[in-house]
Amino acid sequence: MSSEEVKIESYRLEGGEHEEITSLEEISEYEKELLAAGIDPKETDRSGSFLQQDHSVVFAKSLIPGLEIMAIDEALKKYPWLDEYHWNLVSQDMDIYTREVAERPTQGYFLYAKKGAKITLPLQSCLFISKERIRQNVHNIIIAEENSEIHIITGCTVSHRISSALHLGVSEFYVKRGAKITFTMVHNWAGKVEARPRSAARIEDDGVFISNYIMMTPVRSLQMYPTAYCVGENSRATFQSMIYAPKNSKIDVGSRIVFKGKGSRGEIISRAIAADDAQIMARGNLTGEAEEIRGHLECRGLMLSDTSMIESVPELKAQRKNLDLSHEAAVGKIAEEEIRYIMSRGFSEDEAIGMIIRGFLSLDIKGLPEGLARETKKMFDMTLEKVI
Amino acid sequence: MLEIQNLTVEVSGKRILHNLNLRIGDGEVHVLFGANGSGKTTLFLTILGFPSYDVVEGKIYFKGVDITEMDTAERVKLGMGVSFQHPPEIRGVKLGDLVGRLLERRGEGDAKALAERLKLSEEFLSRDLNLGFSGGEVKRSEILQLLAQNPDFFMFDEPDSGVDVENVELIGKITNEMLERDKRPSERKKSGLIISHIGYILNYIKADRAHVMLGGRIACSGMTEEIYNQILTEGFEGCVARCGGT
Ligand SMILES: Nc1ncnc2c1ncn2[C@@H]1O[C@H](COP(=O)(O)OP(=O)(O)OP(=O)(O)O)[C@@H](O)[C@H]1O
Ligand SMILES: [Mg+2]
Repeated sequence: MSSEEVKIESYRLEGGEHEEITSLEEISEYEKELLAAGIDPKETDRSGSFLQQDHSVVFAKSLIPGLEIMAIDEALKKYPWLDEYHWNLVSQDMDIYTREVAERPTQGYFLYAKKGAKITLPLQSCLFISKERIRQNVHNIIIAEENSEIHIITGCTVSHRISSALHLGVSEFYVKRGAKITFTMVHNWAGKVEARPRSAARIEDDGVFISNYIMMTPVRSLQMYPTAYCVGENSRATFQSMIYAPKNSKIDVGSRIVFKGKGSRGEIISRAIAADDAQIMARGNLTGEAEEIRGHLECRGLMLSDTSMIESVPELKAQRKNLDLSHEAAVGKIAEEEIRYIMSRGFSEDEAIGMIIRGFLSLDIKGLPEGLARETKKMFDMTLEKVI
Repeated sequence: MLEIQNLTVEVSGKRILHNLNLRIGDGEVHVLFGANGSGKTTLFLTILGFPSYDVVEGKIYFKGVDITEMDTAERVKLGMGVSFQHPPEIRGVKLGDLVGRLLERRGEGDAKALAERLKLSEEFLSRDLNLGFSGGEVKRSEILQLLAQNPDFFMFDEPDSGVDVENVELIGKITNEMLERDKRPSERKKSGLIISHIGYILNYIKADRAHVMLGGRIACSGMTEEIYNQILTEGFEGCVARCGGT
């Protein structure tokens, strides 16, 4: 399966402007959609928020010194030095989608943690689509300066009133020496939405980048292959993804880690469930270009129907002798024996299947502060509750 | 509590249990001995109602209800609880979560405290069900789930095989308590069926009656001590021969 090309022109660029708001609670009309993507309109325990509706940044505010949150257009004007970070990790010529974002950008966010700023409260950002057949071409830049720490919850979500849209998103993450970024992303699309995120991260000495990806709703097609470049010594990268694909979803997702710094480490862990007529391509790539690096790739798939498909493509590429790369991949159905076992504790068959599916998808989300980990888990459970 | 009449069972078309009869009264604990492959686990899973165990003849009554056609969850809700010989590994489902849900259903109890009784740590509760559990841990985790369930009728499939002396003692003592063996016979409400081929656990639990299975039949029944000693001296077949196949 190769992902079909999106007809970009069939989505519109006009009519996506909105007025700024002064509080997230003003768009209470869409509260459900925001909550589903992990966004708290009350901003409880948040270090700041960013909300883009279609083509307009309607809200961007940091609540904490050391953290900046603003629209990318504004940031590029305000900080000329940002040019160096703009299109540095992702190439404009990568494909038709990156070219589209380069030629017709429609905002995006700039998140910046100053040197030494350890911001343990998460910041929330949301890219929201509320207009039918709109095309959202965002470009995001996230920088964690030396020894800083930020935790980002980000949701891409659509209004319940629309069924089709195109989301193109370029994201460039810079993790400086000794810094840490955790990025927990929830995709909450609709049946006819197409999405093509294009992300890359650059991690310097002793830096840590952790990406958690959750998607549980149908999508017409989604294709992405984010890459982390561990350029620094002892840098770390982790990608975890939990995907439940129902209906006609066509999903082609993977993560790649390129180890360029001595002693860097990384892992890619993915869980994918295919139900109904869903098709999932689960990729993973570890490329070792430096000494003493270690990487592991684990990809598990669960089939819930005979008309769905999962194809798992793990790749390891080694270019040094002193390194260690490994992978595990497994695809199967729920074992009857497991269902019976749980039923023998007095649970119905449906309850048993629900528990097994929930267990299968629930990864220990690593690297998050305790409160955020708990909250992410809750959000994850809530999402799962809705679909299973 | 449990009455099995003339039970014949097939698994994938192969006849494994033949015209088996068994009756366990309220407050009674029985032991089922038998060589490997004699059909003990088959009987256990048939009582539990696993669908691949096809009852071709006979009836199973539990608390006076005909459960022969009932599904597993329903039987368990009637008050049955089991510990498995070889439970499956279930990735991502935490032992503690399962125990928590069992306690929630009962509306009382604390998972951590129960685990402590079985010398299982809080960290252990956060592990995936049976994944990488040692032999003794598997058995203790099964008993922990039973403690959380607190059923009226217990079935244990080999709770003592592959378990070290200390753990047999621990499991034995707790099982004895769960089965209310420390109470006076007239006060006992719980019943049980313990499957064992080695009988170590009987050092800690006094069973009212013992049965020996051979070739898918109950070939011999009697006082626990007598039967156990005969098995030790003369083996399963010798014991059955002496018994005359009653
Ligand atoms: N699914 C199956 N298909 C075919 N044969 C089976 C199946 N399950 C059990 N059997 C056979 O039935 C017989 C009884 O098996 P069972 O597991 O009940 O024995 P057991 O008494 O519990 O033995 P052990 O002491 O080794 O646990 C064995 O010969 C076994 O191979
Ligand atoms: Mg057995």
